[in-house]
Amino acid sequence: MKNSISQIKKALIEKKISVCELYDEYLAKAKSCNNNSFNLVIDRENNISSINDSQDRYDNGNPLPLDGIPLGIKDLFCTKGIRTTASSKILSNFIPNYESFVTQQLLNDGSIFIGKNNCDEFAMGSSNETSYFGPVINPWKNKNSQKDNLVPGGSSGGSAAAVAEGSCVASMGTDTGGSIRQPASLCGIVGLKPTFGSCSRWGIVAFASSLDQAGPLTNCVEDAAYVLNSINKHDFNDSTSSNHQREDYLVDINNSFEKKIKIGIPSDYLEDVSEDILNQIDNTKKALSKHGIEFVDVKFKTTEHALSTYYILAPAEASSNLARYDGIRYGVREDGESLDDIYLNSRTKGFGDEVTRRILIGAYVLSAGYYDAYYRQAQKVRRLIKNDFQRILNEVDFILTPTTPNEAFKIGDKLDPISMYKNDIYTVPTSLAGLPGISIPSGLSKNGLPLGVQFIGNYFEEKSLLQLAALAEKELSFNE
Amino acid sequence: MSNNWEMVIGLEVHAQLKTSSKLFSSSPNQFGSEPNENVNFIDSGMPGMLPVMNFGCIEMAIKTGYALNFKINKHSVFERKNYFYPDLPQGYQISQFEFPILSEGYINIESGDDKKKIRIERAHLEQDAGKSIHDIDPKYSFIDLNRVGTPLLEIVSYPDLSSADEVINYISSLRQLLMYIDVCDGNMQEGSLRADVNLSVRKKGQELGTRCEIKNLNSFKFIKQAIEYEFQRQINIIDGGGEIEQNTMLFDTSTGETRAMRSKEFSHDYRYFPDPDLLPVNLSQEQIDKIKPLVGELPQDKLNKFIDNYNLDKDIAKIIIAEKQNANLFEKMISESTVKPKFIAAWLVGDIFAFIKENNLEVNSLNDKTKDITDLLRLISDDVISNKAGKEILPKVLNGEGKPSELVKELGLEQVSDSGELEKIIDEALVGEEENILKFQGGSDRVLGYFVGKCLKATKGKGNPKLINKILLERLKK
Repeated sequence: MKNSISQIKKALIEKKISVCELYDEYLAKAKSCNNNSFNLVIDRENNISSINDSQDRYDNGNPLPLDGIPLGIKDLFCTKGIRTTASSKILSNFIPNYESFVTQQLLNDGSIFIGKNNCDEFAMGSSNETSYFGPVINPWKNKNSQKDNLVPGGSSGGSAAAVAEGSCVASMGTDTGGSIRQPASLCGIVGLKPTFGSCSRWGIVAFASSLDQAGPLTNCVEDAAYVLNSINKHDFNDSTSSNHQREDYLVDINNSFEKKIKIGIPSDYLEDVSEDILNQIDNTKKALSKHGIEFVDVKFKTTEHALSTYYILAPAEASSNLARYDGIRYGVREDGESLDDIYLNSRTKGFGDEVTRRILIGAYVLSAGYYDAYYRQAQKVRRLIKNDFQRILNEVDFILTPTTPNEAFKIGDKLDPISMYKNDIYTVPTSLAGLPGISIPSGLSKNGLPLGVQFIGNYFEEKSLLQLAALAEKELSFNE
Repeated sequence: MSNNWEMVIGLEVHAQLKTSSKLFSSSPNQFGSEPNENVNFIDSGMPGMLPVMNFGCIEMAIKTGYALNFKINKHSVFERKNYFYPDLPQGYQISQFEFPILSEGYINIESGDDKKKIRIERAHLEQDAGKSIHDIDPKYSFIDLNRVGTPLLEIVSYPDLSSADEVINYISSLRQLLMYIDVCDGNMQEGSLRADVNLSVRKKGQELGTRCEIKNLNSFKFIKQAIEYEFQRQINIIDGGGEIEQNTMLFDTSTGETRAMRSKEFSHDYRYFPDPDLLPVNLSQEQIDKIKPLVGELPQDKLNKFIDNYNLDKDIAKIIIAEKQNANLFEKMISESTVKPKFIAAWLVGDIFAFIKENNLEVNSLNDKTKDITDLLRLISDDVISNKAGKEILPKVLNGEGKPSELVKELGLEQVSDSGELEKIIDEALVGEEENILKFQGGSDRVLGYFVGKCLKATKGKGNPKLINKILLERLKK
């Protein structure tokens, strides 16, 4: 069983382990696991002074909130002096001279970075197979087909696998349409996507600016609260960062609710799903009903439009966000006879197929003559989806859904983009609405693979969302 | 014949705003730094960097809104204009498209002896691009990103202009206003004010023709040349049986010709869409109202005041109000002295401006010398020194060589206005001039000038000419 942050901190405070021993344990794991969950493992000597500082704080009796905790960082966060690639060839030589806001908070709180986690190229993918550095292997095996290598989900696949395999205590991921929650579900861990605007996007390689949100992948709900406490802050340098008052997400996390809680289960999400998936919802419902929580059927009106809306808006923003990767100022440049050739060669060779596909879709839906039919229309539908969620969240406190429509599948199994996109069918609507969602492990499939359920809360209500997730976790834990 | 033809012109004027930092980054907004010195991670389009709006630019846009009679929009939206170019590091320019901050304004310009109202469709905020330098190396282009992200206000007129002179009056008036409200330094040489000219031709009274856009003109001379050339070029094409193609043109300053840069077929599809990194700009009426007092006096207000309150001639008043700093200098002198404004104005547009021009000075550099200047003008208007002596002392005063009264003493330029002393000198001068005296008495006025000159000479130029004249007349008439 993996230790939680509070257990690790206790051990450090009681001197049962030193910060350095803890780090070396995780570092060894990161180097020995062959799941390709890291694009880069940071050299030990680069971390030594931070480790010593951290130990000093423990010795002086004033440790920071995440002091000495070894973390993985998705290779989408710019880390000062440490190569940051977004798992793309075009950035494969890029070393930022600045630290992202979120990772800076984690450093300020004393954590130590093990390395940069593999992910889908520019976070575009649901299986971590689009990475320039190769696919990540899910630490879980299908008990009926042990030799198969399975995907960890994506795009934060390396983060999920690294936490699941035990090479970091937690990992920072990003979620645009499900990129934290879906891999967390497929790797049997916790993944939280906070409300859009909670955690600054400053210094995170942008995919779709109106959807991207940083969040933790952790072994348990309480760990997610630990990390969220650190990263959830207003940042003046991100204009979309909310300046609402942040709460302490740890204080009430193990308390039961004072008021009566009502959870909606969208019946339209459960049409045509497998028995494995239905079981997750049923188990969760049973577990929480014991605590007096009421479940009601709810029905969305917009679910069928969510994926198409997402696959217009996200690529549109991506096509523009990725325009800066032109090989001129940084990154990999390919030679060419003319300026246009340099652009063409650098971008053709620098981007993989999925990224190229989305740039083309994005450019298309923004083009003169198509803008109104696609982009503008999709913006309107997005508004309807938001309203749809608000309507339901006026009736219930939370929404319970499956996180994914299926368990982890074999690497190379889903070659067709559309069937891949459908993996995010339960996570994309929340992203479009900007609402917080958390996936927690809820049980195993017939093949012995982990599955998760998603709780969705109202805007900036992460505190009660984590409280609910912690309650469900106690009842549902399968890996203890 | 070109006199059957008329030109129809609309202008896009780009005014660089005088903020201390850029539109969406904290890098300094200044001209003349070393290449790539004023560039931070946002300007250079590094991964994960985000724009943060500089509210100072919004305030300047609102000021412009008041000065140019615009409707100031409470809701405006920054969008991305996508295209690839090495001096555009983000791969898009942040601009306003569907929802500009200002719409439907106008200014009145002079057209011949008349006034003409030029309607302005809109003005929006946008980022400037960097500079590509192609003439340093035969093989490579060099990129200077200092200008990247500099705030621009693009002011788009309706096609209400119909001659090169009107265009120049329009731009001059815009420039003057923008400088008055302190949002743009108006320096065209440094590119602080640039214009794109949209020109089409038509036979008088007929429908609008196809237009061509001449890009990026930054001097009145080139604007005039480009318009005249393009006007004739289009007429020649139509007269030769051809059709105008809607092109984007460049003006070649060395040949004075316009040539096509790209045709409409190859025009960019900029794929505008709202920038998801930025929130829409939503202003309250309160925020807008708060800016109004900052607009200050506009050139027309000053002109009226100078003519009505200070009795200046219109031509002189116009020279003084042409630039805000001139007007400020003038008003400072008036406030500090009791010398007649008209007298101050005459000296200002005469010797003082000449001195500034000769010595390549900034008008503002005289702001701390206004008291000395008006002291000197007081000495002149009180006849303590002669006009001529005043002209002699002025440069020394402007150079800070001393106080006027001291300089007058030092140089011995005080006028002799003591009539006793002058009478003595005149009497001496008239000795042996019986013949000329008779001539004067016989009606020859010319002789008077001769006597005045002789007396002035005798006083070494210090005699008060008015007094000399008076005494001489008394003596001669005896």
